[in-house]
Amino acid sequence: MIYLDNSATTRPYEEVLSSFLTVSQEFFGNPSSLHQLGEKASSLLEKSREQAASILEVDREEILFTSGGTESNNLAIKGIARANRHRGNHIITTAVEHPSVYNAVLQLKDEGFDITILPVDRNGMIDTEYLKNALTQKTILVSIMHVNNEVGTVQPIKEAGAIIKEYSRAFFHVDHIQGFGKVPLNIRQAKIDLLSLSAHKFHGLKGTGLLFIKKGLLLREELAGGDQEAAKRSGTENVAGIVSMAKAMRMTVEQAHRIPALSALRQQLIKTLTSHKKVTLVSPMENGAPHIICVSVPGLRGEVIVQALQKESIYLSTTSACSSKKQTISRTIEAMACPSPTGKGSVRISFSLSTTAKEIEMLMEAWNRTILPLMEVIKSS
Amino acid sequence: MIQYERILIRYGEISTKGKNRHRFIDQLKRNIKQSLSGLSPVHIEAGRDRMHLVLENHSEAEQVLKRIEPIFGIQSFSPVVKTSKDLDEIKSASTVLVAELVDGPTTFKIAARRADKSFPLETNELNREVGSHVMQTVDQLIIEMKKPTIELTVEVREEGVYLSAETIQGAGGMPIGTGNKAVLMLSGGLDSPVAGYYMLKRGVQIEAIHFHSPPYTSVQAKEKVMRLASKLACFSGMVRLHIVPFTAIQQAIHQQVPENYTMTSTRRMMLKIADQIVEKIGARAIITGESLGQVASQTLESMQAINAVTSTPVLRPLIAMDKTDIIEVAKKIDTYDVSILPYEDCCTIFTPTAPKTKPKLEKVAFYESFLDFDTMITEAVEGVEVIDLTPDSVDQKKDDELSHLF
Repeated sequence: MIYLDNSATTRPYEEVLSSFLTVSQEFFGNPSSLHQLGEKASSLLEKSREQAASILEVDREEILFTSGGTESNNLAIKGIARANRHRGNHIITTAVEHPSVYNAVLQLKDEGFDITILPVDRNGMIDTEYLKNALTQKTILVSIMHVNNEVGTVQPIKEAGAIIKEYSRAFFHVDHIQGFGKVPLNIRQAKIDLLSLSAHKFHGLKGTGLLFIKKGLLLREELAGGDQEAAKRSGTENVAGIVSMAKAMRMTVEQAHRIPALSALRQQLIKTLTSHKKVTLVSPMENGAPHIICVSVPGLRGEVIVQALQKESIYLSTTSACSSKKQTISRTIEAMACPSPTGKGSVRISFSLSTTAKEIEMLMEAWNRTILPLMEVIKSS
Repeated sequence: MIQYERILIRYGEISTKGKNRHRFIDQLKRNIKQSLSGLSPVHIEAGRDRMHLVLENHSEAEQVLKRIEPIFGIQSFSPVVKTSKDLDEIKSASTVLVAELVDGPTTFKIAARRADKSFPLETNELNREVGSHVMQTVDQLIIEMKKPTIELTVEVREEGVYLSAETIQGAGGMPIGTGNKAVLMLSGGLDSPVAGYYMLKRGVQIEAIHFHSPPYTSVQAKEKVMRLASKLACFSGMVRLHIVPFTAIQQAIHQQVPENYTMTSTRRMMLKIADQIVEKIGARAIITGESLGQVASQTLESMQAINAVTSTPVLRPLIAMDKTDIIEVAKKIDTYDVSILPYEDCCTIFTPTAPKTKPKLEKVAFYESFLDFDTMITEAVEGVEVIDLTPDSVDQKKDDELSHLF
């Protein structure tokens, strides 16, 4: 099997699963319990927090554990907006955000917030000049993703952070879910106030994620309950999941030396795929994340390619997994203003840090064998 | 990466001591050497107001700097680079040193000293040559003669040139051990670790005493106190903890003494036990975390009734401090998070509903006279469990056990 749908989810590391199992079996206590089992669970929880904080180079009280990327994004956006409404009611985000950001912002629009959606260029990039002009005295939140999940565009987060802090009093949220471990980002240098991560995108388990919240920020909780996680996120902590996420984070950053090799693989694969004139590259050629390639074959629907390659035990995806079951053109690709037939025929190939040159070679071989003949029959329009 | 060759340490308060100076400096030397255990040996050249730590292993400079930070008796310290007497080398090393510290507009000054008079440039020329080179190569520097953020010192000596640009604030106070030894009543609350910290800072060596009343108090309560002692050991290297079995005495007090006097009596017994430990280990004083008016036992009347059992000095470094200030220090010395853990200690468990805020000494002495407390106190002192705690002894154990999960 060749798994190239790592932006949808990754295969958990063996070591991560083993931590999950051990903690679930042996340290199953509730961290809030006063007895030793509870205390042990609580110390595991705090040690996870410390490890996550040290990897992200922030303080441990700035780490909040959640059930995943969607919760982190929702909590960050709605939590900040609702708690800081007295300071202003304007929110800025981009046209290419993940639905858990985009739709959360739309919910706030229904609650009466003013929304600005930043457009993107053909590479999926925002224009920081546009951001600067959009900022007002009423802006309380700007949410920009670091790496786009569908095409791999890397947004200029550091530059955006500098602009936001210079021209407004807004808080800065970054969805770093696709970027962690693949495209380095320094939270302090980029002046980020909130940042979301999801464990299953870096070989951890589904149902675990975290939100970095800069110290001193006012945030309205979404869940009412027992005031766990500094009263910002109630609910008995998923200790086993959290410990295994901390381990997955460590193992992932230890693989950082693989990034250049990934970039090289990406360049090579882009070159081979687009050497055929019916294939167009949707991802940015330069400065894209090293692990995501989105190409389109106008006239051939994305799912046809996915099904054909699946027969060869190769797994990839039509745009993002979240929207791939809907028949519509992806919002991201639409926002990038690609020529209209492009969107329907696009497929996404996403690497993990352990993707090998051999696997890419086999993909190309299968592509040439099964996809090229399908392309022959497309009528050129 | 800059390779630091030595670390310059300025003493601060001890350099004002007269005849005792040597004792102070020698103690500081010993404390520094002890804190560097596990690292390569350093050579210490101690002078009147400053000492030099000459590093054998230059790559350990960062670790050494970290370990020096909490040592009392040090006003400030600076990492030092050694170069040859070649002017170009002095210039380029200076640039690297200064550039490392600049983040945004920064005030700057250079102070050269020529101890080796055979060096061709005199002090002013050296200032001009090196200073202007640094100003030209490093962006965002602003010259400022009074209190600049960066003061680059250039010291030309026969064996070479010493450069330093960074002055790091030390922990202040006096070297631990110069102030003899005292026992600290360590309850598990917020105050007592802070009281211990202040006495350590004045150079007093500390052994801690904790009263344990199982099953009324839990194993976690005991572990919590071990963690607090371990936090204090960050300043002194090691803290010896005496855990006193206190259940029998507490039960006896509750049977014998009227409820509103039990608290006063309990404190008196604790102090008596502490006094015996003082004698046993050759300490000179008892330290408590009492702060005036904070709780019923901390009124002047209470202190008088409690203090009457001993003539050993009872030191109360927090007596005039506000709770909020104590909390701030607790956070600074990293005991806050441990102190607020919810395990009850023997004081909170037997708290009477309405303790006397103005107990009378004659009354409490009368109530106690019906029981042979002295025998019970001797038994308690004999049953003391002694544990030596180092900065990482508590957390270390847990880490080893669970590290494979991370």
